[in-house]
Amino acid sequence: MSASTAINATQLTHLQRLEAESIHVMREVASEFRNPVMLYSIGKDSSVMLHLAKKAFYPSPPPFPLLHVDTTWKFREMIAFRDQAAKDARMDLIVHTNQEGVRQGVTPFTHGSSAYTNIMKTDALKEALTKYGFDAAFGGARRDEEKSRAKERIFSFRTQNHGWDPKNQRPELWNIYNARVRKGESIRAFPLSNWTELDIWQYILKEDIPIVPLYFAAKRPVVHRDGQLIMVDDARMPLAEGETPEMRLIRFRTLGCYPLTAAMESPAATLPEIVHEMLIARTSERSGRLIDHDEAGSMEKKKREGYF
Amino acid sequence: MDNFDPAAFAEYLSRQERKDLLRFLTCGSVDDGKSTLIGRLLYDTKLLFEDQLATLQKDSAKHGTVGEDIDFALLVDGLEAEREQGITIDVAYRFFATEKRKFIVADTPGHEQYTRNMATGASNADLAVILIDARKGVLTQTRRHSYIASLLGIRNVVLAINKIDLVGYSEEVFNEILDDYGSFAHELAFETIQPIPMSARFGDNVTQRGDNLGWYKGPTLLEHIETVEVRGTEAERPMRFPVQWVNRPNLDFRGYSGTLASGTVSVGEELVVAASGRKSTVKSIVTYDGERDSAVAGEAVTITLADEIDISRGDLLCDADQRPEVADQFSAHLIWMHDEPLVPGRPYLFKIATKTVAGSVTEIKYNVDVNSFQHLAAKKVGLNEVSVVNLSFREPIAFDAYAADPATGGFIVIDRLSNLTVGAGMIDFALRRASNIHWQAVDLDKQRRGEAMGQRPAAIWFTGLSGAGKSTVANLVEKRLFALGKHTYLLDGDNVRHGLNRDLGFTEEDRVENIRRVAETARLFVDAGVIVLCSFISPFRSERQMARDLLEPGEFVEVFVDTPLHVAEKRDPKGLYRKAREGRIKNFTGIDSPYETPERAEITLAGGMASPEELADKVVDYLREQGYI
Repeated sequence: MSASTAINATQLTHLQRLEAESIHVMREVASEFRNPVMLYSIGKDSSVMLHLAKKAFYPSPPPFPLLHVDTTWKFREMIAFRDQAAKDARMDLIVHTNQEGVRQGVTPFTHGSSAYTNIMKTDALKEALTKYGFDAAFGGARRDEEKSRAKERIFSFRTQNHGWDPKNQRPELWNIYNARVRKGESIRAFPLSNWTELDIWQYILKEDIPIVPLYFAAKRPVVHRDGQLIMVDDARMPLAEGETPEMRLIRFRTLGCYPLTAAMESPAATLPEIVHEMLIARTSERSGRLIDHDEAGSMEKKKREGYF
Repeated sequence: MDNFDPAAFAEYLSRQERKDLLRFLTCGSVDDGKSTLIGRLLYDTKLLFEDQLATLQKDSAKHGTVGEDIDFALLVDGLEAEREQGITIDVAYRFFATEKRKFIVADTPGHEQYTRNMATGASNADLAVILIDARKGVLTQTRRHSYIASLLGIRNVVLAINKIDLVGYSEEVFNEILDDYGSFAHELAFETIQPIPMSARFGDNVTQRGDNLGWYKGPTLLEHIETVEVRGTEAERPMRFPVQWVNRPNLDFRGYSGTLASGTVSVGEELVVAASGRKSTVKSIVTYDGERDSAVAGEAVTITLADEIDISRGDLLCDADQRPEVADQFSAHLIWMHDEPLVPGRPYLFKIATKTVAGSVTEIKYNVDVNSFQHLAAKKVGLNEVSVVNLSFREPIAFDAYAADPATGGFIVIDRLSNLTVGAGMIDFALRRASNIHWQAVDLDKQRRGEAMGQRPAAIWFTGLSGAGKSTVANLVEKRLFALGKHTYLLDGDNVRHGLNRDLGFTEEDRVENIRRVAETARLFVDAGVIVLCSFISPFRSERQMARDLLEPGEFVEVFVDTPLHVAEKRDPKGLYRKAREGRIKNFTGIDSPYETPERAEITLAGGMASPEELADKVVDYLREQGYI
């Protein structure tokens, strides 16, 4: 009787089960693929993913590099955070920018968010994956984020052109993943598939995982634009007539490129306050990202094109 | 944030953290109100959530009650859009939580692809909610849902007898349905069956009791799934640890990383490597958060052992006193998941836990009609069919019967060429223990035999269309090798079809078997030290791959005699093309059966462009360059 009592005492909590599942996925990828990489977007999900990677392979460092697709429009605080995070994890950091896009002067202001995202993120990502010949790439996407992701596999198969063919995905049973790909083909692996936003925050809190300071409320310069608060991170942001940046107490729920990611007014300056605020928030997380508003099913479309 | 009380909130979060997780599957068609049910659960639990938070904030703001006109199916969004895109092979995952538990719902829509979808969703579910429309009662699909849930090892089901409002909340109807269900449920392996009368549309017995079902004394759906005890069995099973990754940060540390699939493990415990039988004791259990004295099923850890023994990915570490079986031939249930049917004898890859092995289905015993549970005689297993088969793996593996431990008894089937997951299976029992048939290790091996003959044994495999010139070239090559003093033999259709394979016809299955026997024969010749020339149309890539896989690397030399169809047809030495064109021969390669061109033949000969003598020279030159002769 005492043995089974002891076992019940160690019955895993939902966070422990999610953690173990993510680690299992990472170890499968590291074992079965020749050249995996972890896409690192500097956001909170990436922070959790990186933390899990450290756990999965300890005492070894994670046996793959980090890849950051730098659009050159990331918040400055994000870049500093990124470099430190890679160093702390003892991992190589590959930073890739679509130089052709830079040369053509593609910015979110001149080309619109859709074309900009396509060129500086999707194309850049594909370019990097091809350049380094990665056959597996970890992403931090979650199934609860957006409806096109509710059916996403944990091992998501991609063609030689990095395309996602929804009809050609493999059934996934138990925790057995089919990792076979031909030359040039790849998979995107999503170890956080079954996490919800609340799980992410709870885990950050429980594990004391460092996240970019932009998630915490502070007085920052913003302008109002299309009903959203856009932070003026540097002098490159063109201001419309009559627009004057003002200092507001704001924070970010999600981090992307700074002109495309809206801030929210909030006094939440600690992790418990953020979680509290998140719990009572009624708007879904992605409403802060302008790219999802471009057109109906836009995430679906971007995925087919190779966006995460 | 006026109402923020850090202490109360910290307490709240710590309660959230201690929640456990229940994964369940919903089975039912759109008509049964499944979307409404899931939508209702998501919606109501979100309200509950907000109520809690409101309480927490000491704020008495009232939230609206659930209106009757909300379309709950809208919350389960995405389905319509996905259907338009033709994604039918899918399971959608939904998430919600209550104060007690977190839930992951595997939602499996669709009729045609039901078996595949349901099996996928059920493989990770602790419980199944089977919907029944109260107006229709137990239908064929109810039996199907129940069978698949049981087959995948789900032991707890909820019978959601929905739309009870449309039969006047009748207890009589409810009881009739239960009787009906009971009449076949005893054939299945369920441990608990919880019937709940409900109206998802109006919310009766989903999260709230409602006033209409006073005669029902059982739990609501939410009460049941919040409290039902479905876990804990993994930890009580014999210890199983499939090694995922060998962790070697430096020369001083060698650990085995993996997820403890079953049982518990403690420092000092004796473990055994199942396949090799080697033993050692647990030296440490390492995690990023520090060393542990023990670990429990479900945890991802790294184990170090007291002794240096040979362990790699795919090995299974186990309790030395409760070992799994080790075998290479099994009886198993198989669910086929691909349009192209399973062909017995064709080589596939099987992945079980972290081990991938080559193997094939040696016999289809029968298919199971998932609606009636009847056994049907079968030669093929098509998409969404369930079959009981015999399997043969290329090497022995450690396993448990799926019923005893799904973690070490469940496997997926991968097509070697397309790399798709084409099936999933559950091992029932071993047909014989591999330890009984271990090859007798003999000192005299093929290398020695080959050396004695002054050659490196190999199978030279000529493939190409009928009339391509395979046998002509193979004959010339053999003569030249003979003249060089080499030991050879020629296998071709003529000397095999009339003896060894005379029981075989020309159907796809028989052609697969034909090549399998030839390949095994070739392997014996190679083992005898001989250079064996095989001349067969062998039109299918997978069969040639099977032959290649039977031999060691370098022992298989594929020679593609690449003669265009029109040239071969013009030659037509046996008049076969003419007969095929006239429809007097069926399944003739190049005419009404495909020839799959080799992708990586060692030698490609342009048949029709050069004389047979020149082509034979090319082959002999290759054998010389590569050191076979």
